[in-house]
Amino acid sequence: MSSASFDVASIRSQFPILSQVRNGKPLVYLDNGATTQKPQCVIDAVSRFYSEQNANIHRGAYALSVEATDLYDQARASVANFINAGDSREVIFTRGTTESVNLVAATWGRENIAAGSEILLTVMEHHANIVPWQRLAESVGTTLKVVDITSDGALDLEQFEHLLSDRTRLAAFTHVSNVLGTTNPVKQLVQMAKAQGAVTLIDGAQAVAHGPVDVRDIDCDFYVFSGHKLFAPDGIGILYGRAELLDAMPPYQLGGDMIELVSFEKTTFRSAPDRFEAGTPHISGAIGLAAAIDWLGGLDHRAVAAHEAALLEHASHELQDIDGLRINGTAPGKQSVISFTLDCAHPHDIATILDSANVAVRAGHHCAQPLMKRLGASSTARASFSIYNTVEEVANLCAAVRNVVKLFG
Amino acid sequence: MSEELSDLYQEIILGHNKRPRNEQVLDPYSYKAEGFNPLCGDRITVYATADGAGKLDRVTFVGEGCAISRASASIMTTQVEGRTISEINKRIGDVIAMLSQADEPEMDLAVEGDLAALAGVRKFPARIKCATLSWHALRSAIENRSDTER
Ligand SMILES: Cc1ncc(COP(=O)(O)O)c(C=O)c1O
Repeated sequence: MSSASFDVASIRSQFPILSQVRNGKPLVYLDNGATTQKPQCVIDAVSRFYSEQNANIHRGAYALSVEATDLYDQARASVANFINAGDSREVIFTRGTTESVNLVAATWGRENIAAGSEILLTVMEHHANIVPWQRLAESVGTTLKVVDITSDGALDLEQFEHLLSDRTRLAAFTHVSNVLGTTNPVKQLVQMAKAQGAVTLIDGAQAVAHGPVDVRDIDCDFYVFSGHKLFAPDGIGILYGRAELLDAMPPYQLGGDMIELVSFEKTTFRSAPDRFEAGTPHISGAIGLAAAIDWLGGLDHRAVAAHEAALLEHASHELQDIDGLRINGTAPGKQSVISFTLDCAHPHDIATILDSANVAVRAGHHCAQPLMKRLGASSTARASFSIYNTVEEVANLCAAVRNVVKLFG
Repeated sequence: MSEELSDLYQEIILGHNKRPRNEQVLDPYSYKAEGFNPLCGDRITVYATADGAGKLDRVTFVGEGCAISRASASIMTTQVEGRTISEINKRIGDVIAMLSQADEPEMDLAVEGDLAALAGVRKFPARIKCATLSWHALRSAIENRSDTER
């Protein structure tokens, strides 16, 4: 199942949490869409920072602060390299995907979206890529347009193109759906949006852990993601923005580290990225993120993708065999996320019974209530796979789901 | 299956889930409220009619929910009919306390019939809100406000 260049056992051995046993049962962690586990090298990088390198950045004239500043700057450069940004100035550290979207809405959005213009979203968006735009639209008096999905959970590309017009100021869409697993053809979507003069923002939260992302090839204006879904600490995330746009954007939060000169009469602001990073940032988070990126860089991403695709195929096949089980999202090229419902049991009950087998899945609306409504479900159960999951774990999942059917069926 | 799990999903609970009592809309009704669990998206609407003498003579529910929330709603509807509003308010408080407390409940479960079967939820902190959802909704209904259970 795994290729010669990919040794899942050796990957697993680098994640201390995966050796956990509860009531005699090994942890089967299948909630990677919510957050991924952290390899020892990331844990060590954070711990090393606090035990050996901790100082505030951009401050002291002493060696420790200079070293911490270097590490923070290097982390930015690693991220830039990871997504192939043209310049590390285009990489802004935030708290995560949610804050990145809010930042763009509150700065670029406030300046550029006015009454009469339109914002284009898709029905598969996470609340983080809906609510900030809805708030903005309400306050300036614009409308949201929403692109539907087809029956297999792919984005309706015809409708996407149809809903775009010269009134569309922004098209904001997810790279990979956290519920359906659908991988959107982002490069093509950006092209269509650009042809109408729209700015594009891509929610990469579910994409970055599954394969290389090249923001220049995609040619988007903004790309956002969270560290914690990429084997890195929580509380750190990224906003990539094209320099041209960033330089024209007003600041987000105001305070230290983002100013040029302050007097009580007037304050001038630094340029990107500092302009958008008021206050002391999450330094150890940035360093942890860089460590995670380094770690991923050491793996053969083709082998990783093949491993995850094999898990997805195997799990889909096995689950589909279960009576009354329905999988939401079967678009070709989807990522290793399986949302499902059972005729006989509610997702919450499924998750509880799986939990008693120490199989961790998520149940609920996955912060995508409009999508749930579209699917005609109030919630689903979701198993989302990562690099370290195994065929044996898929078997555990399926056995546990069969137990649910036995109990409820 | 673990002992705790079979305690949670007893036959009584599974039975109420499959064949709930009083699962219907009441029209007209004297009281109505929706209980919503924003975490899982579950939604239960509770209806009640009063008999003019301060007693509830019918309580029903409709909605989407897991086995625990449906069974709890079903059991609730059989518990409160014919009682006065103040008796019911006390009852709601006692049941919510029983469901939410990890230590031995004050309620004498031996005399509680089907309600006792719900006590298994106390070992599942993530599920307690499912069990209390309809009770909170009934309380809101008789206080005449809509409720979002957090
Ligand atoms: C597609 C998508 N967008 C946005 C988010 C929000 O990410 P965060 O909570 O890290 O800000 C998530 C995470 O749940 C997600 O899956």
